[in-house]
Amino acid sequence: MTYTPHTDADREQMLATIGVGSVEDLFADIPPTVRASRFALPDPLTEQEVRAELSRLADRNRIPRVSFLGAGAYRHLVPAVVGEVIGRSEFATSYTPYQPEVSQGTLQSIYEFQSLICELTGMEVATASHYDGATATAEAALMACRLTRRERIAVSTAVDPQVRRVLATYCAGPGIEIVDVPADLADGGTGLTPVDAASRALDDTVACLVAQQPNFFGGIEPMADLADAAHAEGAKLVAVVEPTSLAILAPPGSYGADLVAAEGQPLGIPLSFGGPYVGLMAARMDAVRQMPGRLVGATRDAQGRRGYVLTLQAREQHIRREKAASNICTNQALCALAATTYLTAVGPEGLREVAELSMIQARHTAQALEEAGLGRRRFAAPYFAEVAMQVPNAAARHAALAAHGIVAGHLPERDYPDLRDTLLLAATELTRDADIDGLVAALRATR
Amino acid sequence: MSVIEREATGDQSGRGAAFSGAEGGGELQVVEPLIFAASRRGRRGVRFPAASERASAAAAGQPGIPAAARREVAPGLPEVTELDLLRHFNRLSHLNHAIDLGFYPLGSCTMKYNPKVNEWAARLPGLADSHPLDPAELSQGSLELEWLLAELLKDISGFAAVSLQPAAGAQGELTGLLMTRAYHRSRGEGEQRTTVLVPDSAHGTNPATASMVGYRAVTIRSNERGGIDLDALRGALGDDTAALMITNPSTLGIFEDQIDQVIAAVREAGAIAYMDGANLNAILGRFRPGEAGFDVMHFNLHKTFSTPHGGGGPGAGPVGVSERLAPFLPEPLPLLVAGDADEVRRNAWAGQSTDGARFALEEGGARPHSIGKIRAHTGNFGMFVRAYTYIRSNGAAGLRGVSDDAVLAANYLRVRLADAYELPYDRICKHEVVFSGRRQKREHGVTTLDIAKAILDHGMHPPTIYFPLIVEEALMIEPTETESLETLDRFAALMLDIADRAATDPAALKRAPETTPVGRLDEAAAARRPDLRYVPVRE
Repeated sequence: MTYTPHTDADREQMLATIGVGSVEDLFADIPPTVRASRFALPDPLTEQEVRAELSRLADRNRIPRVSFLGAGAYRHLVPAVVGEVIGRSEFATSYTPYQPEVSQGTLQSIYEFQSLICELTGMEVATASHYDGATATAEAALMACRLTRRERIAVSTAVDPQVRRVLATYCAGPGIEIVDVPADLADGGTGLTPVDAASRALDDTVACLVAQQPNFFGGIEPMADLADAAHAEGAKLVAVVEPTSLAILAPPGSYGADLVAAEGQPLGIPLSFGGPYVGLMAARMDAVRQMPGRLVGATRDAQGRRGYVLTLQAREQHIRREKAASNICTNQALCALAATTYLTAVGPEGLREVAELSMIQARHTAQALEEAGLGRRRFAAPYFAEVAMQVPNAAARHAALAAHGIVAGHLPERDYPDLRDTLLLAATELTRDADIDGLVAALRATR
Repeated sequence: MSVIEREATGDQSGRGAAFSGAEGGGELQVVEPLIFAASRRGRRGVRFPAASERASAAAAGQPGIPAAARREVAPGLPEVTELDLLRHFNRLSHLNHAIDLGFYPLGSCTMKYNPKVNEWAARLPGLADSHPLDPAELSQGSLELEWLLAELLKDISGFAAVSLQPAAGAQGELTGLLMTRAYHRSRGEGEQRTTVLVPDSAHGTNPATASMVGYRAVTIRSNERGGIDLDALRGALGDDTAALMITNPSTLGIFEDQIDQVIAAVREAGAIAYMDGANLNAILGRFRPGEAGFDVMHFNLHKTFSTPHGGGGPGAGPVGVSERLAPFLPEPLPLLVAGDADEVRRNAWAGQSTDGARFALEEGGARPHSIGKIRAHTGNFGMFVRAYTYIRSNGAAGLRGVSDDAVLAANYLRVRLADAYELPYDRICKHEVVFSGRRQKREHGVTTLDIAKAILDHGMHPPTIYFPLIVEEALMIEPTETESLETLDRFAALMLDIADRAATDPAALKRAPETTPVGRLDEAAAARRPDLRYVPVRE
């Protein structure tokens, strides 16, 4: 399959117009010593052949029949209408709205996205989106460093380990030091970030405290107290949140968060082995000129028609070059459109239903394991929709269940060596009672 | 509980919305009201089932959410039906130009046709429902696809190793420079090598990335032929140079015909040779940067390998590296842990089963010199599916043809328009050609912006304008290989007509566009008084 339209006659005509004898002449400027010596790719495939190849790969995956795996990526219903909207060619095959007169569809949808994210988070301004939640968190932390002119950040160890790794990579660039705030992860502990531990890590050299709500283990953190602890030292609070939980949990704007970052995948974006997802970032208006990434603003044309444009571009790399707030160029516009469509399709009631059902089924799961004598909750504190359970021989049983197409959540031991025999189990609105029965039965059948 | 009330009484126009971005100027007209304007309390789109009695009873025995952590007022999301929603977004979609509607010669962006079979593949449930943290034995298809795509990209680029992880070209650059720094540090030269050389024709991301890594960007001037000035480069190279970042072909659409000497000079100085792969669409099968001696390059899967641009993302920016940078690649890499690599490739290329082979993600810490993770998980997998589908569809012959026809089309337009517009670098180009509108500006007061806006009235997208920065009134045209000769001729005719009209009726060009949903927008007002969100009216 090729997608080039030219006939031999077309090519001849074009070569004649150009005044060269062959296409080879157009590549004469490549020095002979560095021309490609080989191009060893497989043969072309027709559509039916390439479909067979992709079906082969898709069939090699075994999508679990029962899964309690979350740990930062969640299996939610993706309403059919979301796929319909983002599948439209006019959105999918356009690019960055450099010409706003013919990009109002993309621009207005981003303005609506920014509005929805502000509503959800209780913040004043949201960007047009980032690569994913981890990079949004990293960019938020670097922004806090610019705002405070400080070069250290404090990060709770109950923040998603993947997010912390990406933070470490981004901080290595400008040489920002990361101070760990140890969460209370002992068996029988709270599973939360102790406020006094945060206070100990904070001083007038620390730009921000990064804390996650709910945290990596599902626990409900004392965010207002953590915000106070940060502000007492003149530091910012970067709140890393899960968007569906915000139907139930206090919005970061209400507890004093200065910056908000989130993985937007739960809002209508398929798991797709880890991407593309969408990073959300929100802040207060007084910090807008230090925000990285694109922003869309409303304005009007000469006839008084309302329209939208990319704005405050003086922050960005194509204007500022080496002095830009970030090197970020694109956003994740189509994924942001999926989130916009999702939030609009479910509305405030639907989002609350998703959050409540997820919470109920997480509690149902914990209760079922406790009742069956298979495990007990590791942490005492209240949780949202993910729960850490102590289960004897967790790793071996996790592997045994996987062979039967059941994923018994996530094993945090790899990132937290002290958390042996812990299963991190996530529920969503798609978790059925029968799934919980299946998990219990399968765990019973193993030791 | 709703906090949404209509922003204006009774009418659907959205007039009176929370608009504050510009001052004065009469009554506001709205092309498509915000979705918030359609909200009516109690309207529903998607509904979810109620929890079973058993689940509710079980949950009752578990701790709830403490009052202090609860939300008091529901978020002001719109309350609409699915039909309201669909009509709104469909109407919005009609306000966009897109590849699937018409010609889109946006230079440097490679707006080629995005084949629909790629979309079909990305939506296969076996791939779309694959969780990134599923046990490897359940994810063999996803892992194999990543491994195979990396193999294909190695073949295409001539690099020793590839990481798919970076989410976009700019993130690929960041990855490349972090590896560069880690490399110099591993040799005890981390402190001494502090500068990154960047030609004056470079994308803004190059110097911005250098700053993010703590490097100082030093600009190298171009010569009168549009190439890098070799003497200036040699003068700037030293034992403080960490890397040269060079786009090749350059943003002028010109292949650097001294690239062998450029690479040799950079390597001799002990620096890393970074190639920005933005313009790879011009050289498939002709030039393999890894083979030629570059150390690192990012690919733009959304350009060269036809994944849709999506209105500005998601993209994907894998990096290829030479042997000496391979230890520093982001982790984890997908690995073939059981089976013979040649046999796996042979079978996969022949459409045969590879079931005997096992794949796994590298363990954390397996490569102690890795720069770590640059984003969560292994990258924008959905884009990998599309790019893999595209590369397999085309094969070697198809990809070579892609570049041949892309270069042919750009040179055709170069010649067709050469009399009407100034050509600052009048020589064979690659996949794009950069004209200057300075004659139109000087003689008729018609700017490149006016020319771009005039194009909008004819169902085509303008070229990239005012970039690269070293060309006054730049018009950067990238036609791509997927546009027919008839389309190229229509565009050429339009550009010639605009050049005529610049002389005969410049005022009309200043008024353009007149047929688009909105006219030229007041960007200064948007920046002066930022209106970045709608605030729902609360009860």
